[in-house]
Amino acid sequence: MSSFRLSKGGRLDRTKPLDFTFDGKPMQGLAGDTLASALLANGRQLVGRSFKYHRPRGILTAGAAEPNALVTIGEGGRTEANTRATLVELYSGLTARSQNRWPSVDFDLGAVNSLLSPFLGAGFYYKTFMWPAAFWEKVYEPIIRKAAGLGRATYEPDPDSYEKCWAHCDLLVIGAGPAGLAAALTAGRAGARVILADEGFEPGGSLLSETAVVGDKSAGDLLAQTLAELTSLPNVRIFSRTTVFGWYDGNVFGAVESVQKNTATVDPNRPVERIWRIAAKHAILASGAEERPLVFGGNDIPGVMMAGAMRSYLNRQAIAPGKETVIFTNDESGYRTAADLEAAGLEVAAIVDARASGASSWSGRAPVFPGAMVQDAKGGKALTSVTILKGGAPVTINADALAMSGGWSPIIHLACHRGARPVWSDAKAAFLAPETLDGLTIAGSAAGVGSLEACLADGAGKATSALQALGLSNTSAAFAPATDTTIVSKPLWYVRGAKGKAFVDYQNDVHLKDLGLAVSEGYGHVELAKRYTTNGMATDQGKLSNINAIGILAEARKVSPADVGTTTFRPFYTPLSFGALTGASKGKHFQPVRKSPLHDWAKKNGAVFVETGLWYRSSWFPKAGETTWRESVDREVLNVRKNAGICDVSTLGKIEIFGKDAAEFLNRIYCNAFLKLPVGKARYGLMLREDGMIYDDGTTSRLDESHFFMTTTTAYAAGVMNHLEFCAQALWPDLDVQFASSTDQWAQIAVAGPKSRMILQTLVDEDISDAAFPFLGAKEVSLCGGTLTGRLFRISFSGELAYELAVPAGYGEAIADAIMEAGKPHGICPYGVEALGVMRIEKGHVTHSEINGTVIPSDLGFAKMVSATKPDFIGKAMLAREGMVADDRLSLVGVKPLDPATTFKTGSHILSDGATPSLENDQGYVSSSCYSPNLGSTIGLALVKHGPKRHGEHVTVWNDLKNEYTKAVLCSPVFFDPENGKLHG
Amino acid sequence: MASLIACPHCGPRPKEEFTVRGDAGITRPAPDAREDAWYAYVYLRDNPRGRHKEHWHHTSGCRRWLIVERDTVTHAVYAVTDAAAQGETA
Repeated sequence: MSSFRLSKGGRLDRTKPLDFTFDGKPMQGLAGDTLASALLANGRQLVGRSFKYHRPRGILTAGAAEPNALVTIGEGGRTEANTRATLVELYSGLTARSQNRWPSVDFDLGAVNSLLSPFLGAGFYYKTFMWPAAFWEKVYEPIIRKAAGLGRATYEPDPDSYEKCWAHCDLLVIGAGPAGLAAALTAGRAGARVILADEGFEPGGSLLSETAVVGDKSAGDLLAQTLAELTSLPNVRIFSRTTVFGWYDGNVFGAVESVQKNTATVDPNRPVERIWRIAAKHAILASGAEERPLVFGGNDIPGVMMAGAMRSYLNRQAIAPGKETVIFTNDESGYRTAADLEAAGLEVAAIVDARASGASSWSGRAPVFPGAMVQDAKGGKALTSVTILKGGAPVTINADALAMSGGWSPIIHLACHRGARPVWSDAKAAFLAPETLDGLTIAGSAAGVGSLEACLADGAGKATSALQALGLSNTSAAFAPATDTTIVSKPLWYVRGAKGKAFVDYQNDVHLKDLGLAVSEGYGHVELAKRYTTNGMATDQGKLSNINAIGILAEARKVSPADVGTTTFRPFYTPLSFGALTGASKGKHFQPVRKSPLHDWAKKNGAVFVETGLWYRSSWFPKAGETTWRESVDREVLNVRKNAGICDVSTLGKIEIFGKDAAEFLNRIYCNAFLKLPVGKARYGLMLREDGMIYDDGTTSRLDESHFFMTTTTAYAAGVMNHLEFCAQALWPDLDVQFASSTDQWAQIAVAGPKSRMILQTLVDEDISDAAFPFLGAKEVSLCGGTLTGRLFRISFSGELAYELAVPAGYGEAIADAIMEAGKPHGICPYGVEALGVMRIEKGHVTHSEINGTVIPSDLGFAKMVSATKPDFIGKAMLAREGMVADDRLSLVGVKPLDPATTFKTGSHILSDGATPSLENDQGYVSSSCYSPNLGSTIGLALVKHGPKRHGEHVTVWNDLKNEYTKAVLCSPVFFDPENGKLHG
Repeated sequence: MASLIACPHCGPRPKEEFTVRGDAGITRPAPDAREDAWYAYVYLRDNPRGRHKEHWHHTSGCRRWLIVERDTVTHAVYAVTDAAAQGETA
């Protein structure tokens, strides 16, 4: 016989049947069911196979600690593996599948592992698969992984959305059981901002399945009245289906709220899960206690269940565990289950009480065996009988259900997330959290309190103290003090003499003998035993098993559990979905996209874009008939050098610098002089790091005595801004200087080529002739007959006569259009960053390919830029170091193949002519390279030992990745127009 | 790492808004200081157990550089001050 639904009772809506499937089989449950209770109602006790031995496993608990009833929920992208059936709220259309079985959970070929179990003990992997070493990755591991394991993740994308948010409160109450409700009510009445969070779909905790009477009220009425009052208080928020999973610094708690995990028809406009970060002034941990399993032979056969869970299923969901139930208890709570079973008209075949004294009072029908043990449970896929040992010969009793209770362990995980260690209490026979924790108080059975009345009183009392500490003195406890009359039993860690496997950790198939083996082989330390046996690993992290394992290790080592101690509690309390952790940061929201104000202009001109960091930059502008990117780039380069081109340079970092000390500040930031830069002039600046290496470069213009405009490279825009702020605020707070990033405020357009002046003059109202506006001029200009003001800079990266025009971002596209229109008769073309790159290499201009964190100014031929007269600038002191002045430093040089028909790649190494590749023979490397349509050859910039002294030397360019050797010659890095005639044209 | 940093300008803000630079207990040497002083400033860092002062930048907030004094063991934050005011508080 198996479990079934009783015809009356429970907190169920019997008018609302819910259809679902398990392993494809249609089943029906009721509103108020969990998946676990619905399976039990359908007589389905066998719900999974165990991790290692593939043993049949049933539902063991009714909560978060469930180690067996792990199922895969949902289909396609909504597939969610390893879900605890005990926490899944049943809904219509739910599909669930069992795991770790083939071909089915009822007939599983993997169960052959059970026959091999003598060879599969703790440490078996380490011992067996030692040799040959190469077999581990290729043969052993894949086989083991296939045979053992839990659910399988899906490869399909998750169609649902998730979100993250913050919440703030005076008092966070974790757990809506008796203590939590009492605390929330006390705080709510006092006017505190309260958040009450509970993992269940219905708040109430143990009150949901309690048959006891409190004062003159039933537990159910007490719950209903308390919830009604809490709901009426505007300062109290109740978060159901919300698991507080971690306690973090600053009294911030992490919680995950299940928003739409209880429906098959997900509203796409709402998240399915929500991560809360709750900043609480104080918190009360009322997470309750976990019942301890008993370790006897066959304690994992479907039909064996925790006594409290059996009682919860009976009272909450009207589930009868079977026809004949045996209770095995080391605690009073087994009797409560027995009493409720009998009250429901079910037969309790025996109460086996491990304590010699037996119960304090028992008035039921069932026979009690005090001082007895269940030594072995028998049955295959379902329990059939139990063997009871009481002195003399063992007695066998038929039973199809067995409830076990080894006592209770406070759930203190959260209290230990910030480094506190649990403390063993002999009086409570349990590990407790330290009594005082800053910002957190533990209440109710989580604090080791036993009886219901005492838990209510404890929650109310601790809320009162917490609120008084927060300055809310007008507080009175919602429940009167009560004495805890609970008798704590001596723990029973395991039953001796079991014939079957006695499991300690169900989820990892760790049994009694494994822990003994760990101790005898020298792995008796709790952390070592965990790794050696896997006890306490996987999705439940030993919520049920750790305490018994510690007790067993303690006995084997002949010490107290206090000496064994616990493994470390870390967030998360229960597993979290990757979806919830990812939140909204997926797909196009994974990172922001930055688009230049000229993005649409570039797009309509046919640009191909390239991602550089977050930016999309126009790479090249293919014309009809061009089939390769090189064709487009070559054309753009040749056209700029012959006529003119227009390029979007808006992505460069732009920083406005103000203040009467701005010039002095820049003088300290750059290695070259800026103090006397005249108003209306731009200057190329080199910014060093404090260790002397070049950090960034760019032009900075003086627009006014106390107003400068700095440009940085695209990549380092944010870093330079942070650097400037650090220097101004932390190093030299006495300087009067302020910054504003204006990268996004300006559209900046480079117009380059011999005809650029002609074209721009049609838009710029002022005279921009060479005499009126020479090289490195920088000034505000009037545009289009006074309709717009912009900034014009005569600077050049291409080496051509060139300008950069900045206009307010919103006018960028219109001005770019106007330049294109004006340039049409002159053959203007748009060009992208590829052509820009070719032209700068032709001119020997460096970028971050060369400024790669290993070069100082002299390495790039900038030795003369480094001021010898300035008393101080960032990087000055370290430039004088021995290694910085060594003459064999890698220095900038040009390189080109001897035969223009041959080529080489960036990153290739330079070898002396005829030298074999080796570290000793390495002369440097190619930092940038491209095909130059002006030279008709590949050209490159390289960093080479003694570089500038080796112009004309024949070398070998070596690419080990492709095993290519190219004969080449070192030369000046300026390949094109070395006299800068075009620049000044 | 602390979850919340009490910025003296913006109030308590989540740590994700900040960027940590490192030890704020070091002082930039005078330009003519000896090489070993500069070497220590640029490269040598203590890794204290306990109280530690660090430069934190409120990058996604007021963009001020702050000195956060915190405990590297307990993560408790003892004080947060503006770096420009260091001379007044140190």
